[in-house]
Amino acid sequence: MSEILRLLIRPLGETILMIAASTLISTILGGGLGILLFTLSQDRFAGKYPGALLVKRIADRAINMFRSFPYVILMVLVLPLSRIIVGTSLGTIASIVPLSIAAIPFLARIVESSLSEVDSGVIDAAISCAASKTRILFAILIPEALPSLISGLTLTMISLLGYSAMAGVIGGGGLGDLAIRYGYQRFRADVMAVAVVAIVALVELIQWTGSMIIRRIKAAR
Amino acid sequence: MFHAKRPEEAADQALVAHLSHQTSHRGGSISPKGAFPKDIDYSHKKKTELAIYIDEVSKSFGNHSVLSKVSLAVPRGSIHGIMGKSGAGKTTLIRIAGLLEKPDQGSIWYEGIEMPVHELHGRAMLEARRQVGFVFQSFNLFSSRSASGNIAFPLEAAGWPREKIRARVEELLEFVELSDKANRPAGRLSGGEKQRVAIARALANSPSMLLSDEATSALDPETTRAVLDLIRSLRDRLNLTVIMVTHQKEVIRRICDTVSVISGGSIVEQGSVAEVFSNPRSEAAKAFLKEEEEKGHSYV
Repeated sequence: MSEILRLLIRPLGETILMIAASTLISTILGGGLGILLFTLSQDRFAGKYPGALLVKRIADRAINMFRSFPYVILMVLVLPLSRIIVGTSLGTIASIVPLSIAAIPFLARIVESSLSEVDSGVIDAAISCAASKTRILFAILIPEALPSLISGLTLTMISLLGYSAMAGVIGGGGLGDLAIRYGYQRFRADVMAVAVVAIVALVELIQWTGSMIIRRIKAAR
Repeated sequence: MFHAKRPEEAADQALVAHLSHQTSHRGGSISPKGAFPKDIDYSHKKKTELAIYIDEVSKSFGNHSVLSKVSLAVPRGSIHGIMGKSGAGKTTLIRIAGLLEKPDQGSIWYEGIEMPVHELHGRAMLEARRQVGFVFQSFNLFSSRSASGNIAFPLEAAGWPREKIRARVEELLEFVELSDKANRPAGRLSGGEKQRVAIARALANSPSMLLSDEATSALDPETTRAVLDLIRSLRDRLNLTVIMVTHQKEVIRRICDTVSVISGGSIVEQGSVAEVFSNPRSEAAKAFLKEEEEKGHSYV
C-alpha cells in the first residue's frame, strides 16, 4: 500500500500543477476574450464601432474552431508552440500549453454567456447612473455575474482535469498517465484504482469548493 | 447655443464645462440646480423656462416606427404624466428623454440647452446623464450590492471621495426613509423598499429631473401610494421636475400636474390632469379612461 501511495505523490503533484497553471492562464486570457466577445455583441458597449461586428464574427469562428478540435489532436498540433513558449514540447510544463489553449475558448464562451445573462435592465440602471462602460463592466456586470462565472470556472477546471489525463501522450505525467502506465500496461489494477479514486476525489474537491463559494456569495445577497 | 454645426470640439468642451457647473454641487446637500452660464445665447427663450423640451422626436426599430414627431414640453418643478396603453411608445419616449436611447430625428433640450444627442459621448455624455435620474418598473437594483452600495454607485462613477460618498448616501437614505436598511442586500428588500432605494440612487447626483418608467406598476396599491407621495414630497423639497410614464390612471390623478396621452407613437392630447380627465377630447384618451374605469383601478 505504501508503495502505491509513493507512486501516487508525484503524478498527483503534476496533475495539480497542470490544472492550477492552465486555469490561471485561461482565466486571464479566456476571461479577457469572453469580455471582449460580450462587449462586441452589445450595442450599448460597442455599437458605434463599425468593425465590432466583423471582429466578433472572426473571434466567434476562431473559438468554434478551437473548441471542435479533439484534445489529443490539439495537444499534438501545438507541440511546436510549446517549444517556442516553454522551450520544450515534452513534460508537465509543456503540457500546460495545450491545456491552456483548450480552456481559453471554453472559458471565453462561459464568460460571454454569464455576462449576457445579467438583466439588461440592470445595465440600463448602471448607464443611467452616468457610469463609464469600463466601470459598468467591472463594478456592476462582473460582480452581478459572479456566481455564474465561478460555476463556469469550476466546470472548466473539471474539464481540464479530464484533459490532463491525456498528458501522458507527451510525457506530461499526472494521474491519468499513472493509471494508464501501471494499470493498463503493467496490469496493476490496484494502482489504476487508486489513481482513479484520486481523480474522483480531485473532481469532488473542485466541485465542492466552487459550490461553497457560490453558496456564500448568494447567502450574502 | 449648442448646435452640432459648431466645431465639435469646442462645443463638447463648452457642454462639459456647463454641465459640470450644473452638477458640481458636491458638498452634500441636495439643492436646486446651479444658475445658467450667462454667456449662452438663448434664442429660444421659451425653452429656457422648461426643464425638458422634446422637439419632434421620431424613432423606429427596424421597420417599425415607434414614435413619430413627438413633442413634449415640461415646465420646471412640475410633475408630468405620460399615459397610454402598452406599445404606445411611452417607454421609448422616456428612454429618449433620459438619454438611454437616441432618437432618429428631433432634438432634446434640458433647461433650455440642446443636448447634441448624436455627438454626445465620453465625458460629455456622462455629464449630461447626471442631469437626469431614472427609475424603472422592475427597480433594477444591483443585487451584488447593499442598499447603500446601490446608492453609492452613481457617486463612485462621478469620482466622489469615499467620505463624501458615505455622508451623501446617509443623507439620501434619510430622504427615502431607509436609514435602518442601509446594509441590507438589495435582493432582500421589499418591493417598496427597492423602489425607494432606486429613487435615492437616481437622485444621488442631484439631477434636476426624475424620470420614472412605470415605477409603481410592480407595487401593491398601498406601496404605490407611499412611493407616489415620496416622489411628490421630494419634488417639493428638491425642486425636481418629474416625468412619470404609466398605464395607471390613478397614478396620474394622485400626483401629476399635467398629462400627455400617447397613442400609436404620437401624443394625441395634452393638458392639465383635471382638464384631460373630465373632458377628454381624443378618442384614445376617452377609450383609455373608459377602459381603466371598467377594470376598476381605483385603488390609489
